[in-house]
Amino acid sequence: MTPVLESLTLIIESVPQILMGFGLTLQLLFLSGILGLILAILLLLMRISGSAYLSAPAMVYIYVFRGTPILVQIFIIYHGLAQFEAIRESIFWAILREPFGCGVLALTLNTGAYVSEILRGGVLGVERGLLEAGAALGLSKRHRFIHITTPIAVRLAIPAYSNDVISLMKSTALVSTITLLDMMGYARIVYAETYAPYEVFTSLMVIYLLMTWIIQRAFGLFERRMSRHIRQ
Amino acid sequence: MSNSEPNSEPNAEPIIVLKDVDKFFGDFQALKKINLTVKKGERIVVCGPSGSGKSTMIRCINRLEQHNAGQITVAGHVLTDQIKDIDAVRREVGMVFQNFNLFPHLSVIDNLMLAPRLVRNTGKIEAREKAMSLLERVRIPEQADKYPSQLSGGQQQRVAIARALCMNPEIMLFDEPTSALDPEMISEVLEVMTDLAQDGMTMICVTHEMGFARSVADEVVFMDEGEIVERNNPENFFNNPQHQRTKLFLSQILAH
Ligand SMILES: Nc1ncnc2c1ncn2[C@@H]1O[C@H](COP(=O)(O)OP(=O)(O)OP(=O)(O)O)[C@@H](O)[C@H]1O
Ligand SMILES: [Mg+2]
Repeated sequence: MTPVLESLTLIIESVPQILMGFGLTLQLLFLSGILGLILAILLLLMRISGSAYLSAPAMVYIYVFRGTPILVQIFIIYHGLAQFEAIRESIFWAILREPFGCGVLALTLNTGAYVSEILRGGVLGVERGLLEAGAALGLSKRHRFIHITTPIAVRLAIPAYSNDVISLMKSTALVSTITLLDMMGYARIVYAETYAPYEVFTSLMVIYLLMTWIIQRAFGLFERRMSRHIRQ
Repeated sequence: MSNSEPNSEPNAEPIIVLKDVDKFFGDFQALKKINLTVKKGERIVVCGPSGSGKSTMIRCINRLEQHNAGQITVAGHVLTDQIKDIDAVRREVGMVFQNFNLFPHLSVIDNLMLAPRLVRNTGKIEAREKAMSLLERVRIPEQADKYPSQLSGGQQQRVAIARALCMNPEIMLFDEPTSALDPEMISEVLEVMTDLAQDGMTMICVTHEMGFARSVADEVVFMDEGEIVERNNPENFFNNPQHQRTKLFLSQILAH
């Protein structure tokens, strides 16, 4: 076989092995994506509550989690928290003992910080006049938030949010550093067996790229749906 | 169009009363001891140079701005910081904005139905019927299912008027409703406003449409630098202005 053909064969042969980690990658993505979104909404509500007691902690939280590498956050949660007796004895230990729980937690905490800022950008982008029109009609603050701010802010936030979901998907690869066998974890195993880094990681890259394409496409459709009122 | 008869009986009760109202933005005083009484059914046109406080004054009436001193009474409610239910006052006061402020994500009919459904708990069918009848009143029932961005400016402003009317307000406030419109669309909006005036609606309109003021207003109020300089019936206001500032303003505005 020519070297090129050999490489191609290796790339293709690696795919099914790497895909053994696909389920875990998806689980990490979906779980921390959804939990992170919930966290982001809570942080957003705290930030725009108008109360310093709520907004200040949220700001500090966001600053810390956006201002430090996610790999460090993963290590602190996985290696660091176990040092504390109180944590080992708490009900959270069931989650924090497992690398999977630590991975989901770290990704959730991280993406929550980013997404809350994205959502806040959307909220700030809602024209003041629309909220005044709602107020003038007698809509309560809550009704204005739910029926005016939210739908408009969501549409404004979709492009940035879809970027964040792609970042999150890529960040899942970092959990292979805490023994988890996601796609990255399996790729590293295949690499150790074959000593063919170029082929194995090319194969991995292609799979990630396909996932990125699907995410982009899904959000593109969602954005079009949410923007149907803007087109003629 | 001839001068319409005053709507309000001479001794009709006041529905809006501003007493010595001051409004500050930081150090800047936008309203200075404003006194204004509007009786039920009265139609008031407010005019004055840019920055004179016209918007600020009418926005204080539904508390989009909060005044700093003096007293404002609207339909029997005194507007104070303690006011428990400002939303209850706002339901009685419709407002139409210069740039329409239609909810872009809702169709025309949904724009009209939103507040009655949420605030008055009107049933869907009833709210829709009411909305359709108001769209007919502003002469665009065929646009009900379009989105605001698909309408012309004049159509959007008529939808905005219908949206305010859906709440059955006792009072309508207009803040330069035709200023953002292309000239050929101004008259269709003024016609709707004239209809409304003839139906006995209490109205305060900030506008520089002097033809509208002449034919529809019971009184014209002229503001300058945060003060009400002059208030008079249209006849006297235009033909016999009392103050130098009013004369200057009229000469400028009638010049073009
Ligand atoms: N939110 C605000 N903050 C600071 N200053 C303001 C604010 N709103 C209005 N002002 C100032 O108050 C003054 C009165 O403004 P207002 O909008 O009431 O004028 P107006 O008579 O409606 O003018 P225009 O014809 O241009 O609409 C202006 O000098 C304006 O700059
Ligand atoms: Mg104004």
